[in-house]
Amino acid sequence: MTSATAPSIQVRVTAVLQKLTGGQKAIEAKGGTVAQVLDDIDSRYPGFKSQMYTPDGKLHRFVNVYLNDEDIRYTGGVETALKQGDVLDILPALAGGGE
Amino acid sequence: MSVNVYIPTPFRHLVGNRTHVKANGTTVHDALVNLDEQFPGFRAQVFDTSGQVARHINVYVNQVEIEHLQGEDTPLQQGDEIAVIPALAGGATALTPEMVDRYSRHLIMPQVGSVGQRKIIESSVLIIGAGGLGSPVALYLALAGVGTIGIVDFDVVDRSNLQRQILHQTADVGKAKVVSAKETLFAHNPHIDVRVHEAPITSENAFELISQYDYVVNGADNFATRYLVNDAAYLMKKPLIDGSILMFDGQATTYIPGKGCYRCLYPAPPPPGMVPSCAEAGVLGAMCATIGSIQATEVLKLVLGVGEPLVNRLLLYDALSLEFRIVKVRRDPECPLCGDNPTIHELIDYEQFCGSPIPHAAATA
Repeated sequence: MTSATAPSIQVRVTAVLQKLTGGQKAIEAKGGTVAQVLDDIDSRYPGFKSQMYTPDGKLHRFVNVYLNDEDIRYTGGVETALKQGDVLDILPALAGGGE
Repeated sequence: MSVNVYIPTPFRHLVGNRTHVKANGTTVHDALVNLDEQFPGFRAQVFDTSGQVARHINVYVNQVEIEHLQGEDTPLQQGDEIAVIPALAGGATALTPEMVDRYSRHLIMPQVGSVGQRKIIESSVLIIGAGGLGSPVALYLALAGVGTIGIVDFDVVDRSNLQRQILHQTADVGKAKVVSAKETLFAHNPHIDVRVHEAPITSENAFELISQYDYVVNGADNFATRYLVNDAAYLMKKPLIDGSILMFDGQATTYIPGKGCYRCLYPAPPPPGMVPSCAEAGVLGAMCATIGSIQATEVLKLVLGVGEPLVNRLLLYDALSLEFRIVKVRRDPECPLCGDNPTIHELIDYEQFCGSPIPHAAATA
């Protein structure tokens, strides 16, 4: 999936997802597409993808992924091509109003 | 009993162009009748045909509107000051001397001024939830002078709310949140009208509630209510100022009907249990102020028509790194609510849509 030559991407996750990434809010991952980057993260943090994808392999609709502040739903979804230095933000919906 | 009466510009021609006149009477009504005796024609300007103070006129005793006292029967003491303030033509509210003092930091800004302050006073805002977000939103809007603040909440104050919900204090534990909220807001600003709706917002009452207000602020604590409020505000063409918080993360955005909605941002809710609530995962109390004050700021900008609202932009706040970022929010042409071929034309069953109940006993916001 990934190779040594794949671009290196910074992935930032919100506090809710940091329980899946060993408490890290930013992860360096490799991949030429968003899907490859998520695969790379999952290989190091098993269970990560299952939070991102539905059982039938689609990105959850309550999880937004932004590439340099643009929602990837408008750039080609998980097949969106990435280049060295891109930044991905993974943002699940929050419902909290402070109860 | 001799009292001083402040006469605003529109009535001064009746009293020899004086700013203040003396009147005698033991109640407000008596004093107003006495003014008519001194200045024929005054009565016709102030009383309606049924002999009551006309509805477009507010009477203040020592800067408190008499509706908050005993109306026209309000007793007077020697030296009290009465002000008789008519609404100005065009529906603009007159500012009393007390209001000029109170709102002076607004009034001196050219972006607000007396015209802007009157817009604020004439605006009405419905706040969903008197909790973590609803508290600072309601407080700052009340302090700003928003004339009508509606609060929807069915919950009672719990001790665990006090870590962040600044509308409520220790002595309020066990009290209905809307009651506690109204008391707090009124203590901060007696000039505003606080309408309380002590019930959960539901598909049955959402239109009726929202129709009474110009703007809706979301401080709900669950996905079902968030989709309900989104749909209802869009269908009623009301701007929705959205905010949410969890742990150390916050989000805020403003939805103007036709420019994208919550469904464009998040087309479907998470499966139940996948994203925790504040009750499950916690929230840093001070986060409420950050996001809530941004929501209040957005409301005031929209009321004043100044600046660039957070429309088509989602503000992300990461308290741990203390970073703010903004990502784009687009209107989705395929959105079932606000897209090109909408399929949602009325409110649906949001508990079914979200697979989880709207909490009726647990908590709204």
